Amino acid sequence: MKEKKLQIFLSIISNYFNQFGKDELIADTPYLLENKQPRVHDYTGVIGISGVQKGVVYFSATHHLLSAILQSMGETDKSEEIYMDLAGEVANTIAGNARKEFGGEFHISVPFVFKGSPQSIVLPSEGRSFIIPITWQSKVGEIVVCLQD
Amino acid sequence: MYKLMIVDDSNIIRNRIQRAYDSGNFMLVATAISGVQAIEKFNIHRPDVITMDLTMPEMDGLECIEKIIAIDPEVRILVVSALSDKSTGIEALSLGASGFLCKPFSEEELVESLYELMQD
Repeated sequence: MKEKKLQIFLSIISNYFNQFGKDELIADTPYLLENKQPRVHDYTGVIGISGVQKGVVYFSATHHLLSAILQSMGETDKSEEIYMDLAGEVANTIAGNARKEFGGEFHISVPFVFKGSPQSIVLPSEGRSFIIPITWQSKVGEIVVCLQD
Repeated sequence: MYKLMIVDDSNIIRNRIQRAYDSGNFMLVATAISGVQAIEKFNIHRPDVITMDLTMPEMDGLECIEKIIAIDPEVRILVVSALSDKSTGIEALSLGASGFLCKPFSEEELVESLYELMQD
């Protein structure tokens, strides 16, 4: 995957956190990881990509990061369902916004969300993914992008 | 007072829209989590304005817009979606949607979009 594509996702995730109008997002240097060892935090929202690009984009976050986002949204419901929903919604927003750059043939699935370690295969077994670690209000998460060129 | 229906499979977004809309001018009459449910509830409540997600299970938002406009061409539909490509926006508008608000959005942007929708 080319650097330009990675930059698109960095820009999208920064824009997502800008909506809250405070505390800038810190995105650390992206790195490559073998798909055999997918990294996840407490909650993960996965979007399947098909069409002109194939692969997966997922957002994984700690409970603390999702709590901070919910608080910034003014969300008072702190149920497990809301945390799962938020992980899926952030993943959906990141992948959906990418269509502005990749076009309408960049098809995205509805989110698949899980808590803890994945029970099934999340990433294609072969190949590597770009991991973009993020920190917001000192709480961590990451965006994982695995797209076929 | 305009009757409002919110269609989105995300609790977060439904809650956010419910917190943001101006209750002085809009009255929430229904929420739906899929296109199929939206059509059922549309036929019962007959809202004047709908906020419509696009990526949903069972029936997506574009198909839902087409079906609802076929029932009532006068209803105002604000698409609220993360799908930010131009072609999706054009398709939604050509099917009968009246406006498009891209996620992520601020509460001020939502309120403004709803007002614009009803003034057209």
